[in-house]
Amino acid sequence: MKKRKNPYLPSALLVALFLIIWQAAAMGMNAAYILPSPVQVLQRLWELRVPLFTAHLPATMGVTLIGLGLSLALGVGLALLMDVSPTAEKALYPLIVASQTIPTTALAPLFVLWFGYTIWSKVLVTVLMTFFPIVITVFDGFRAVKTDMIDLMTTFGAGKWQIFRKLKLPAAMPYFFSALKMAVPLSIIGAAIGEWLGAQEGLGYFSRRMMTQLDGAGVFAPILLLSVVAMLLVGVVSLIEKRVIKWRGE
Amino acid sequence: MLRFEDVTFRYEGEGAPMLEGLSFHVARGEFVSLIGASGCGKSTIFRLASGLLQPASGKICAGGTDIAQQKRWCGYMPQSDLLFPWRTVGQNLRLPLEIRGGFTAEEMEDQITDTLKTVGLADCRDKRPGELSGGMRQRAAFARTLLTGSDLLLLDEPFSALDFLTRVSMREWLLDQWERSGKTILFITHDVEEALFLSGRVLVAAQRPIRELQSVPVPLSAPRTMESLAAPEIQQLKNHLIGLLRKQV
Repeated sequence: MKKRKNPYLPSALLVALFLIIWQAAAMGMNAAYILPSPVQVLQRLWELRVPLFTAHLPATMGVTLIGLGLSLALGVGLALLMDVSPTAEKALYPLIVASQTIPTTALAPLFVLWFGYTIWSKVLVTVLMTFFPIVITVFDGFRAVKTDMIDLMTTFGAGKWQIFRKLKLPAAMPYFFSALKMAVPLSIIGAAIGEWLGAQEGLGYFSRRMMTQLDGAGVFAPILLLSVVAMLLVGVVSLIEKRVIKWRGE
Repeated sequence: MLRFEDVTFRYEGEGAPMLEGLSFHVARGEFVSLIGASGCGKSTIFRLASGLLQPASGKICAGGTDIAQQKRWCGYMPQSDLLFPWRTVGQNLRLPLEIRGGFTAEEMEDQITDTLKTVGLADCRDKRPGELSGGMRQRAAFARTLLTGSDLLLLDEPFSALDFLTRVSMREWLLDQWERSGKTILFITHDVEEALFLSGRVLVAAQRPIRELQSVPVPLSAPRTMESLAAPEIQQLKNHLIGLLRKQV
């Protein structure tokens, strides 16, 4: 029997090649405070496992999940409002787009002034970074519903609520999941940036603390952890998506 | 069954009206085709008859009552099947029943089973629309239209997207469905042969704005087959109708 090719093989090879070059370069430079080698990063991750996994990862995840939850509520809520009311769309849509020109990272220190070192300054950064793709994508989802289908439901005698529940909501589901897959990594990045700028715990904060100690591998270790967690979460979302939407692309 | 009385309609922002003082009627149990060149306003007539558009003046009655005072007087079948991809075939058929309301789950299931059997899709209940062929999808869409419970069916070029052979067999199938159901069907097409094969009467939209529809009876008796179309008087009628339509282009 012919062996089935692993679809991830090319990218895995590329990553391996990248790691080898990185390792070689780091060994050549021999300055771990500037460029630690991948092996050193893994070693450091292992050494720091207790504080990273028991204190800082849970703190970052807390901010991420609260931020993501709020962004979803805000994003889907705004998308709904704009779909129901053209006036709301005219009023809000330009503002939502304009909100993306605000340099969130530059404002974050201000949030620390407002909320102190509580999680809310970090949650605010997360929400500002995450809600935008959710609103726009979900709103597009509602808009993408074919007018013909709405007309068809109207001739069946359906009211607005029935059209929303039986047509718009299911039709927008693929868009919702696309939004979620974009939002998950963004929310983790948002949380880490928030922590980087002002916090007493969390992976972002930890990475920064390692920086002040010139511990290169210690800077990378929490970042590696963040990436892995982000990939895992996106994987989980994709799995749920596959279960919920069996009809994508039809 | 369906009556237009002095109906005028104009799209917003357009100077000339699409319909001007149009009157026509379709009797109960008739199969009537409406033909006309593309863009002549056939679909506008349908959108008015199904209540998706409101006339500027005049009255549209279904079953003797003004449609403005009714809900659900017609079953509308659009050009593309518009089956919802997230629902199975059975669930798609359930949609008009859910919207009509007043059925128990069991009653709905029974009606769906019966209708699927009628249209020859009994095995496809749990399939998704994406798994069906074009002809099967149209049959499912027709079944969904039947479940609106209306006696008046408006079919808007339902076979135009199908390949030739499927279209030919779907025509025979539809004729059979009509004879069995006793419904009134108004059928839009731009295919003159299709109109002649299916209907007892052809309505021709020959000018714009549409002020009248020329009514042309089709001298064909049942059962109709592809061969019946070869009769000389039918060929003559076909050429006459094509001549009428070509004047518009």
